Amino acid sequence: MAKELKETMLHQWHIDHGGRMVPFAGWEMPVQYPSGPIKEHNTTRQAAGAFDIDHMGQMTVRGPQAEEFVNWVVTYNVSKMKLFDAHYSLFCYADGGAVDDLFVYKLPDPDDKEKIYFFLAINADNREKDVAWVKAHVGNYDVEVKDISDETYMLAIQGPKAPAILNRMTKADLTEVPRFTAVQDTILGNVPVLFGRTGYTGEDGFELFFPAEHAIRVWEAILEEGKPEGIQPIGLAARDSLRFEPCMPLYGHELSQYISPIQARLSFAVSFDKDFIGKDALLKQKLEKSVPVLVGFKMVDRGVPRPEYKIFRNGKEVGEVTTGMFSPTTSQYLGMAYLPREISKIGTEIEIMIHNKLRKAEIVKRPFYIPAYRR
Amino acid sequence: MKVPDDLKFTKNDEWIRVDGEIGTIGITDYAQDSLSDIVFIEFLVDKGDTINKGEACASVESVKAAADVYMPASGEIIEINESLTDTPDLINSDPFGEAWMVKVKLSNPSEIDELLDPNAYKTMEHEH
Repeated sequence: MAKELKETMLHQWHIDHGGRMVPFAGWEMPVQYPSGPIKEHNTTRQAAGAFDIDHMGQMTVRGPQAEEFVNWVVTYNVSKMKLFDAHYSLFCYADGGAVDDLFVYKLPDPDDKEKIYFFLAINADNREKDVAWVKAHVGNYDVEVKDISDETYMLAIQGPKAPAILNRMTKADLTEVPRFTAVQDTILGNVPVLFGRTGYTGEDGFELFFPAEHAIRVWEAILEEGKPEGIQPIGLAARDSLRFEPCMPLYGHELSQYISPIQARLSFAVSFDKDFIGKDALLKQKLEKSVPVLVGFKMVDRGVPRPEYKIFRNGKEVGEVTTGMFSPTTSQYLGMAYLPREISKIGTEIEIMIHNKLRKAEIVKRPFYIPAYRR
Repeated sequence: MKVPDDLKFTKNDEWIRVDGEIGTIGITDYAQDSLSDIVFIEFLVDKGDTINKGEACASVESVKAAADVYMPASGEIIEINESLTDTPDLINSDPFGEAWMVKVKLSNPSEIDELLDPNAYKTMEHEH
């Protein structure tokens, strides 16, 4: 029997504004609004887009050994982080496969400024699994792990105009907040918001965390504030194409329990200068270079590559597409896949089986679109 | 949803405009809207092919989905709107006009009578 889908506090708002609701990771979410995914994609690239991403989960880790513990369960060395830093990281199994990918925030405890705590933003689909997995590793660590997803609302405001729009609503100068750091502020008089200068679109912008009861008020106020810049609500279809072009991984596609961050080329999120679960397996993969790696390809023949389509090289099946689609920004048909290293070089010819016909494609440089923070 | 009154329709959301023995075929406004932004079309037939009613003549793909376009009637393909391969978004903006897909010389004009008229199409329940 189908499980009942969860709804965010903006569910009715999406329906009232023409959102097409679809099941996603156990939630009913808008896949698009009436203007359509390509317009939503371009609006985010050129101006600003507002994303209801409250299906995503959050947890906190507090206590005297919070830093030691977080360092044991995530791949990145959080001791390198300063207060208010936000860093991309992963949870890995002992064999190197990914439990999930996440953003780690290192923050001062609001109740005791002398203390720090960690705030982890995790994927919707993996929320229960992640929380259980983290809790299972607490052992003798003196920490408290809490799932705060229900009481925490999460929005993303992304696009070149996003900082300026939000900046008109805050006391802090958001335009001065460095990329991959956060600031705590208050908007609409009394709503405390954690603004992370992070995102999943390849554009500048923020992810917002605040008490869930203010969801509608904050959402509508931001859309109103951003009207001069042409801000639009953005559905899941455009969210997917926006993250795809800068080649950001999506759990279930580019990451899974069978795929490690080394294969996914996420070494920047893995620190070998500390101990963590999965370190030995990841180090071995890094040194031996024997596992398939993530590549980007573009179609040479006509065709739309889609997830799970088989990939061939010289008549032999060598892998399958993880994500593929028409890229609105580059106007090309592009894809990502895991392939053996010997056929991962740029310019290598491969073939994709699309509608029972082999079609030529070519390995190209990743990312397909340079994210704002690297420009 | 637009439903022009000079066309006939299939339950699968194709339309055909009949002019003498020539039929022009495309997909309806409902079909383009439910597919959403169309980014690709591939024709599965060539000029001169003889195709039966119900066989696929084209495959259309949107951002999220792929759908085949089936022949509303049998006949010989006499023209293919190749320009759509470079501008598939025309299927969204002008499904009954510039985004016609193929023209066919009807081999069995009585098949047209089996299709839905505009009123029947407007009131039918869509399967998707």
